[in-house]
Amino acid sequence: MPNTRDIRRRIKSVKNTAQITKAMQMVAASKMRKAQQAALAGHPYSEVLNRVLVSLRDLVSEADHPLLESRPVEKKLVLLVTSDKGLCGALNTNVLREAASLDSKSTVFVSSGKKGSSFLARTGRDMIADFLLPDSPTFLQTKAVSKFCLEKFLSGEVDEVSVLYPKFVNTLTQKPVLLSLLPISKDKASGIDHDDKSSGSQFLFEPDADEVLNAILPYYFHFTVFQMILEARASEQSARMVAMKSATDNAKNIVKDLTLEYNKARQASITTELLEITTAQMALA
Amino acid sequence: MPTLNLEIVTPEARIFSGEALMVTAPGVDGDLGILPEHMPLMTQIHPGELHVTTPSGDIFLAVGEGFLEVLPDRVSVMTDMAESDSEIDEKAAEEAVERARKAMTEKTLSGEELATVQSSLLRSLAKLHVKRRTHR
Repeated sequence: MPNTRDIRRRIKSVKNTAQITKAMQMVAASKMRKAQQAALAGHPYSEVLNRVLVSLRDLVSEADHPLLESRPVEKKLVLLVTSDKGLCGALNTNVLREAASLDSKSTVFVSSGKKGSSFLARTGRDMIADFLLPDSPTFLQTKAVSKFCLEKFLSGEVDEVSVLYPKFVNTLTQKPVLLSLLPISKDKASGIDHDDKSSGSQFLFEPDADEVLNAILPYYFHFTVFQMILEARASEQSARMVAMKSATDNAKNIVKDLTLEYNKARQASITTELLEITTAQMALA
Repeated sequence: MPTLNLEIVTPEARIFSGEALMVTAPGVDGDLGILPEHMPLMTQIHPGELHVTTPSGDIFLAVGEGFLEVLPDRVSVMTDMAESDSEIDEKAAEEAVERARKAMTEKTLSGEELATVQSSLLRSLAKLHVKRRTHR
């Protein structure tokens, strides 16, 4: 028979836990709204950018710009985007499982997020850079990350650059996605319906094709990485909110069970006491 | 009267989407006036004033750096800033110009930083330009 005092103590501690997870849930919910808005706000822009790039891609050949040129892939660079903090359900685990399945010999990693870097260090992967980004990163901050990857690609150290991040599907669902960004190829830039209106017609470039490609292709890469990191942040906060909500619910269930057990124990002890008293009375009478 | 489909987007939002009769954009090689049925064109734009003539009136926007894609029936403007004159805070823009000028004369900035300050100076100047033109 468990001691009533022990049960009381457990109820109290579980209630405390519930209070903390509830608070974390609230914080994550408000951060999530902001992060989701930030991630969604960029969609029209990337849509237009994608469309432009798709129509542009038809008019230029691989040789026109180093970022379009696909080389035989010997080394791959993977930008691993994870969260800095835990307590967000299976979010990081899912992403890291994906990372673990990559061939460790031909893959080098660039990490953003403490969970990812500690995983890479623990499993002895080849991590060439680790970037710390704040909760809501600006374009300039993520540009430092994407610029690093871009330079590695241009210098020929790696032949492919991809990003592994938790894609935001909706508040309840986040999916780890490995997306190859460089070299920029036709099928990678699409993602929206191909618009046939522009192909075939001659495009005019001002000042000239080289200059425009030189500006728009790196920009496309930087912006896509920025967008992905924002999405990863939205995923993180959503996952945390959901995880904390289920933790709070679980804690409440435990409190309910424990309270029942406590009441039973209390009643049992009262019954025993009553029995003792009546027995004593009967013995005296 | 033929119209073209104009879309102006920034990383933060879709600023404008709709019909336009004419678009005048600050291209790298000078201002570009675009009418419907323009030849397909792809160019960069500089901080400056974007003038849109719509069937319901004129719109002036201060835009930052970006890209302009022109198709016979569609114009897409991608830029890092697009503010109409009512959104521009003249005083804040003036202060920003002052700060940027100071930073460029005083400090010895390097590469990326200098480019950032320069582009922010050009953006603020573009804002002031748009703001003041409506005052005249």
